[in-house]
Amino acid sequence: MGNVPSAVKHCLSYQQLLREHLWIGDSVAGALDPAQETSQLSGLPEFVKIVEVGPRDGLQNEKVIVPTDIKIEFINRLSQTGLSVIEVTSFVSSRWVPQMADHTEVMKGIHQYPGVRYPVLTPNLQGFHHAVAAGATEISVFGAASESFSKKNINCSIEESMGKFEEVVKSARHMNIPARGYVSCALGCPYEGSITPQKVTEVSKRLYGMGCYEISLGDTIGVGTPGSMKRMLESVMKEIPPGALAVHCHDTYGQALANILTALQMGINVVDSAVSGLGGCPYAKGASGNVATEDLIYMLNGLGLNTGVNLYKVMEAGDFICKAVNKTTNSKVAQASFNA
Amino acid sequence: MAAMRKALPRRLVGLASLRAVSTSSMGTLPKRVKIVEVGPRDGLQNEKNIVSTPVKIKLVDMLSEAGLSVIETTSFVSPKWVPQMGDHTEVLKGIQKFPGINYPVLTPNLKGFEAAVAAGAKEVVIFGAASELFTKKNINCSIEESFQRFDAILKAAQSANISVRGYVSCALGCPYEGKISPAKVAEVTKKFYSMGCYEISLGDTIGVGTPGIMKDMLSAVMQEVPLAALAVHCHDTYGQALANTLMALQMGVSVVDSSVAGLGGCPYAQGASGNLATEDLVYMLEGLGIHTGVNLQKLLEAGNFICQALNRKTSSKVAQATCKL
Repeated sequence: MGNVPSAVKHCLSYQQLLREHLWIGDSVAGALDPAQETSQLSGLPEFVKIVEVGPRDGLQNEKVIVPTDIKIEFINRLSQTGLSVIEVTSFVSSRWVPQMADHTEVMKGIHQYPGVRYPVLTPNLQGFHHAVAAGATEISVFGAASESFSKKNINCSIEESMGKFEEVVKSARHMNIPARGYVSCALGCPYEGSITPQKVTEVSKRLYGMGCYEISLGDTIGVGTPGSMKRMLESVMKEIPPGALAVHCHDTYGQALANILTALQMGINVVDSAVSGLGGCPYAKGASGNVATEDLIYMLNGLGLNTGVNLYKVMEAGDFICKAVNKTTNSKVAQASFNA
Repeated sequence: MAAMRKALPRRLVGLASLRAVSTSSMGTLPKRVKIVEVGPRDGLQNEKNIVSTPVKIKLVDMLSEAGLSVIETTSFVSPKWVPQMGDHTEVLKGIQKFPGINYPVLTPNLKGFEAAVAAGAKEVVIFGAASELFTKKNINCSIEESFQRFDAILKAAQSANISVRGYVSCALGCPYEGKISPAKVAEVTKKFYSMGCYEISLGDTIGVGTPGIMKDMLSAVMQEVPLAALAVHCHDTYGQALANTLMALQMGVSVVDSSVAGLGGCPYAQGASGNLATEDLVYMLEGLGIHTGVNLQKLLEAGNFICQALNRKTSSKVAQATCKL
C-alpha cells in the first residue's frame, strides 16, 4: 500500500466516500430517467429481494441462547430497515434446536409491519399448525439434495421428507398461506461431498411442483465456487423459472459474494443473507456461516441495483444483536464502519 | 408495501457502474492465474506487531515452498516511515531464492533502488496512484512529479536489466478524493507501461470498489494497456475483494495480488481488514478449474505460522474453516 503513515485514520473525505459508496437512502419506487432505465435493465436484475434469515438461520447457529425479548426487539429493528422478508423463527422441537424454543412467543411478540413478510420454518404438520395458531402467514420447508444429509438432519430419506412437506404445503395452500422451499447442500454435502446439479434440480422440481412459490438453493457448507454455482443454476433453471429461485450462500470459505454475483449474472434476483453474518457452521468448527446482509447490500448498492434496504439501519440492527450475543460482527462493512 | 415506498431517488453516485455485468461478462475465464503474494510486504507493513527478521525470512521460504511464483519480499523504504520494513536488506539476503520464483521488492526512490540492487534484488516495484491528493499525502509530490522520480528508477533498472512492476493505488476510490475516474487510472497506467513497467497492478487501496466499478475501470485501462500486463490488487475492507477479483477474471485479467491469511489492516478504517486472503483466492480458482501452481495445504501452514508469530487470528475464511479451533 505504499508508505502511508499509520497515524492517518479517518479523514473527512473518506467519510464522504463511505457515504457515497454506502448509498444511504430509503427504498423507493418511481419513474427512472429512460436513459438510466435502459442501462439498468440490461445485464443484472433491476431489483433484488433480500430474504433476511438472521433471526432464524443466524441465531439457530449461535451458541449463546438469546432471550425472547431480545429476539423480538431484533426483528422489530430489522422490520424498519426496508427489508421485505424476515425469517422469524422455526417451529421445530426445542429438543433439537433449543434456540428456537420460544418460537410461539417470538411470533406473537413481534410487530408485523405492513409490507413486510415474516416466514417461519415448519418441518412437519405439527409445527405448521402451531405456526398458524401463533399467527404465521408464511411458512418454509427444508429439503436437501443429499440423502445422507436428509437422513442425518431430519432422520428420513429425501422421498420420505417430500411426503411430509407435501402434507405441510398442501395444508398451507388450502389456508392461502404461501410456502417457500429450501434445498440444502445444493453445492456440496458434508457427508457425500459433491452433489450433482441433476439431484438439486430433481428436489427443487418436487418442491416447486407441490406448490412452493420460491425455492431457495442453499450452499449449506459454503463449499461452492462460481463454477459450481453456474452449473447448478443452469440445470435448475431448465425446470424452474428464475423468478421462482433464490440463492442462500454461506461464507464458510469466503466464496459467498462471488457466488452471489454469479447467480445475479444468471438472472437470479432473490438472495438470502443474515445481518452481521450471524451463525457459524455446525460442520466446520470455528468457521463463519451466512453471508452478511451488510456486505451483500454494499455490493448490490455498488452495482446500482435496488434493494429497498437502508444499509445504515441494517448495520445498527447488526450492532444491536452482536452486543446481545456478545460477539464481533462477521460483516466486513460493519467492521470497517464502526470503530473496532 | 405501498406504505414503505416513496419515490426512487436519482442514483447519482454509481450510475457509471450500471453496466452490463451479466452473463455476457462471464466470458472464458483464464486457464491459468499468476498469484502475486504480497503478504510479506503489503501484509506485514500494515500489521501493528513488529515481526523479527528470522520470522520474515521463514515466512517467505514457506511461501516459496507453497508453490507461489511471485513473492513480494520487502520494501526498501526508510524505517522512519515503515519500521516493519527496517530489516529489508537482511530479509532479502536471508531468504532462499528458489529457481523460477520472483522476489520483487518495493523501491520508492533511487536510493531505495540502489540499496535493493546491492542486496541482490532482481525485480523492483514502484508505487504510484491515480489520485493527486493521495500522492501528495503519501509521497509528498504531485502525480507528474512522481513520474519523474520513477523515471529515474526505471532508467537505472533498465541499465541493470532489472524488471520493474508498477502499482496504481486508489484505482477504485481514494480516501481523500472519493471517486476516481477510470480515465485517470488509465492515464497513470499507460504512463507506467510506456516508461517500462512490465506489469501494472491496479489497486483498490481502501477496498471500496464493487464489481461494476471494477469493470468500468478495467474497460478504460484495457484500451490503453494490453491485458496481459495488468493485475488487480483488491482489498477486502468491505468484503468485496473476491467478487471484484472474479469480475476482473471475467474481463480477462490473469494476474491477481493477494496476501496469505489476509494479512494487513487498513490504515484508513480502524479495525477493518486489509488484503484479499490468498487461501480464499486459491480456493475459488481451484473450484473454477484454474491453474495456480499453489499447494493450498502448504499455504495454510504458512498462514498459520505467521498468524502465530503476529499473535493474531487469520483473516482467511478457508483457514478458519479448515483449522479446528
